[in-house]
Amino acid sequence: MTAIAQTPIVEKAEGSRAWKKLRNSRSALAGMTIILFFTILAMAAPILPIPDPVATSWSAIRKAPSAAHWLGTDDLGRDILSRMIWGARASLMAGVFSVIIAVAIGVPFGILAGYFGGWVDLVISRITEALLAMPFLIMAIALAAFLGPSLSNAMIAIGLSAMPIFVRLTRGQVLSVKTEDYVEGARSVGLGHMDIMLRYILPNVTAPIIVQATLTVATAIIAEASLSFLGLGQQPPAASWGSMLNVAKNFLSQAPWMAMWPGIAIFLVVIGFNLLGDGLRDALDPREH
Amino acid sequence: MLVYIGKRLLVAIPTLLIISIFVFSLQKLLPGDPIMAMAGEERDPAVLDMLREKYRLNDPIPVQYITWLGGVLTGDLGISLRTNQPVTELIAEKLPVTIQLAIMSMFFAFAIGVPMGILAAVKKNTAIDYVASILALSGLSVPNFWLGIMLILLISVNLGWLPASGFESIFVDPVRSLQTMIMPSFVLGNALAATLMRHTRSAMLGVLSADYIRTARAKGLSPRQVILSHSFRNALLPVITLTALLFGELLAGAVLTEQIFTIPGFGKLIVDAVFNRDYAVVQGVVMCTAVGFIVMNLIADILYVLLNPRLRASL
Amino acid sequence: MTRFLRLTTALAFGALCALPVTAAELKIGLGDDADVLDPAQSRTFVGRIVYTAMCDKLVDVSPDLKIVPQLATDWAWSEEGKVLTMTLRNGVKFHDGTTMDAAAVVATIERNMTLTESRRKSELSSVEKVEATAPLTVKFTLKKPDATLLAQLSDRAGMIVSPKAAKELGANFGSKPVCAGPFKFVERVQQDRIVLEKFQDYWNKDNIFIDKVTYLPIPDTTVRLANLQSGDLDMIERLAPTDVATVKSNPKLTYADVVNIGYMGLYTNIANGPRADNPFGKDKRLRQAFSLAIDRDALNQIVYEGTAVGGNQPFPPNSPWFNKAIPVPARDVEKAKALIKEAGFERVPVEMQIPNNPVAQQMMQVVQSMVAEAGFDVQLKSTEFATLLDEQTRGNYQLSRSDWSGRVDPDGNIHQFITCKGGINDTKYCNPKVDELLNEARATTDQAVRKAKYDAASVILNDDLPIIYLGHQSWIWAMQKNVTGFVASPDGMIRLVGMKKG
Repeated sequence: MTAIAQTPIVEKAEGSRAWKKLRNSRSALAGMTIILFFTILAMAAPILPIPDPVATSWSAIRKAPSAAHWLGTDDLGRDILSRMIWGARASLMAGVFSVIIAVAIGVPFGILAGYFGGWVDLVISRITEALLAMPFLIMAIALAAFLGPSLSNAMIAIGLSAMPIFVRLTRGQVLSVKTEDYVEGARSVGLGHMDIMLRYILPNVTAPIIVQATLTVATAIIAEASLSFLGLGQQPPAASWGSMLNVAKNFLSQAPWMAMWPGIAIFLVVIGFNLLGDGLRDALDPREH
Repeated sequence: MLVYIGKRLLVAIPTLLIISIFVFSLQKLLPGDPIMAMAGEERDPAVLDMLREKYRLNDPIPVQYITWLGGVLTGDLGISLRTNQPVTELIAEKLPVTIQLAIMSMFFAFAIGVPMGILAAVKKNTAIDYVASILALSGLSVPNFWLGIMLILLISVNLGWLPASGFESIFVDPVRSLQTMIMPSFVLGNALAATLMRHTRSAMLGVLSADYIRTARAKGLSPRQVILSHSFRNALLPVITLTALLFGELLAGAVLTEQIFTIPGFGKLIVDAVFNRDYAVVQGVVMCTAVGFIVMNLIADILYVLLNPRLRASL
Repeated sequence: MTRFLRLTTALAFGALCALPVTAAELKIGLGDDADVLDPAQSRTFVGRIVYTAMCDKLVDVSPDLKIVPQLATDWAWSEEGKVLTMTLRNGVKFHDGTTMDAAAVVATIERNMTLTESRRKSELSSVEKVEATAPLTVKFTLKKPDATLLAQLSDRAGMIVSPKAAKELGANFGSKPVCAGPFKFVERVQQDRIVLEKFQDYWNKDNIFIDKVTYLPIPDTTVRLANLQSGDLDMIERLAPTDVATVKSNPKLTYADVVNIGYMGLYTNIANGPRADNPFGKDKRLRQAFSLAIDRDALNQIVYEGTAVGGNQPFPPNSPWFNKAIPVPARDVEKAKALIKEAGFERVPVEMQIPNNPVAQQMMQVVQSMVAEAGFDVQLKSTEFATLLDEQTRGNYQLSRSDWSGRVDPDGNIHQFITCKGGINDTKYCNPKVDELLNEARATTDQAVRKAKYDAASVILNDDLPIIYLGHQSWIWAMQKNVTGFVASPDGMIRLVGMKKG
């Protein structure tokens, strides 16, 4: 970690070295490919030639995969392929937005705690510790129940539950960075706290945060699926992979395909983010050669 | 050492206070009236009012908080609105269940994660290493509940090898107890195996490149001896520390797993309590898990110090 | 040696004889966990299933919903329906060995009426006093005639508990309930199991062929069925309709169902707070159009695999209380459109609150697309059950999906929901004419008179539509082939008398 804390000028060279390393990592590339595939699919959902994901058809209820419906139909005769693609939007969005929420709240608090120390640190650290002592999913369930069942509320709940990890991570990074010469130098030149935090501290703590964020997207996608599975995530008629699983579990023996596809999709995307996160960690962590 | 532990425990007090406030405020935050939720379809307004009065739900929240906190300090966590059972009794009843689940999951995690980690480290950058890594990542990436349902469908319904759900105490019927727990603890354990595998691998890699291993190799010890007696023993230290921390993760994972396999443990208790708005239970269980989590962290830190001679000297 | 041989033979023979012929243990999977096991305080449906085995009632209900003797062998109304005299069965013992007599009945009824935590107060609100006029004769004196009392006494309000145990345990009675039913309480682990064993002194013990019964709450229907398929359970209740085909095609399992006495309904906010102030709550033509736009038969096929029946009244079409003059309407989109136009609309936006469970969501999505064809833009709002009830009571809804598990007496399905001051009147519908009819129906024990009153009320309600009835689900049970003697009852209970395993 100490090696990350180099002068900002070296940072650029470091970045390109990391990129080269990442490009050479086969598993990271595989991860990126999977993520890109699903992202493109999700973004293209409105223009793809697929049926309306909420159009019901009483004559095609729980039909097995066929030429007309490549992945079969669900309990209301809706095309599963189409729902999978639209569900990808919901699931990916849930993963990414909840992490954005977690980072947007967690990182500033972490920087504040690490940079100022003293009672600011004390208060922030104690609260963070308290939040960390509560199991992640239990907190997400309680928050989701409090906010009411919906996809956006699930994102908020997951984001808030994941937030303390970022506070702690950032704080630790800041602590090791702030004693560096260039920070001391900036301070002696008379730069304000705000300037130092934004220009000297933040850029030097981002690498581990990016790694953590990538891995947390994976956790968040599973968390969204779990909440949807408990009925607290995406609500009908819209689809997310988790909510599709929630419905599918009632038709396991009659229509196993309803449970198979969303499960496989979640698995693939999550492994994609995990692979990418691992690759990033290897690339950004100079200890590994 | 004692001073260190004492200090850590003192620091935990404000943390627990913050948790208690947070947990308590849930009561105000969560929509839905607990009395109404428990009444279900039979909602006689007069009875509801009487019950609100009885459980002092009409008191201001701070007053309720102080009363509750007073109870907690004297070991009284209140009673479940749903079944009238004291929360402490419920916790005492459910804790052994989840502990058994946790221990068996740990067993699976170790049985899968550690050998794979060693193998991956020894065969670094070979196909075996990649396969082991991918397998471990797969365990981490499969949604628990999905794997659970698939296992029930395959192993219980189609093959009829194991019971689909339920729980039997290990002291009453050990065979059945193990049978009912195999699938859930595998589901939970294989996710942790990934974490264990990674840590074992990197710890082993660190040790394998150390000087004394090179010496051992130079002395002509067989690779097997080098790996098992020299390297693994030293690589074990961080892994043991990690184990204590993983118990926290286990508790969270148990939430859905217990739901799927209908295991009457902590996870099921708390999810049902949230949905039934059975606040005393939610508060009691979260406090209890938080204490457990803090204790586990403390144990992890102490172990780390104890197992690490250099750090032990500095204390 | 011979002595030894003879001894062992004798021992072996003895051991064989001593073995109970059939140590029949029945494991039953329930849909939820029961709440407090005190008949005075309990409120869950599954709790009632457990009581059926543990606590006998003054009277029981037959599968055709007639009141039949249980602890009371005989009863008579007098003084124009204001006095009910019951004769009790002789020689009945509670599980603690004490005798069930008139004094015990009086103590139980008084406990139900006075215990602070009692949930039975409103059920017994018509009772002025209850006295033991002879060792085995009980006299109920009522404030005003109440035809529903017998039905109340056929449920938890009429479960007689041991006065000794009730006195010792007070409000904690549920921790070790002592009743006079065929099975006595052994243990309970919350969310895990409730265990009962055969009570050897039960008055009807010759018809009990099960020695031990264990109830296991398994909320997930798939897992519940999986346990039955794997042989870990002998019987499950509330099988998912979509699994009926699976059970029927399994040679090891049998199946039973019966249309239940409850209903599935849509509550309209008629006058409950400011959110009632919208066209749908104000104009009954829109509600009629909504009801007409629903194809109840298709709904039943799609969601319930044909196990449910469509409905338009609080009683199912096969009930003697169903008003045959108002048959379940067929779908009529054109008429629905005309009604909407008449009310001055092209399209009507409606927000519908639904519970967040998959089956209800599936059903309401079907309804959503059906009524869309007539001109309703339904927005579904999923809520947790706990929140749904709260919002419904406080009037924070426009249209809300709510079900009722049903009561034996017709009064229990209608009075408290529809009358102006009804305890759970969440629509706040108030019509003095309906109130009058429903109150009169309560006051007489003459079935024909009662039927006429309910018929008259249902005509008005079918026009005003404060509650749009959608249909009636079935209770569905599945069990192993070797479990016999089960009789499906529309109240959803599992009566163990006469049931055998083996």
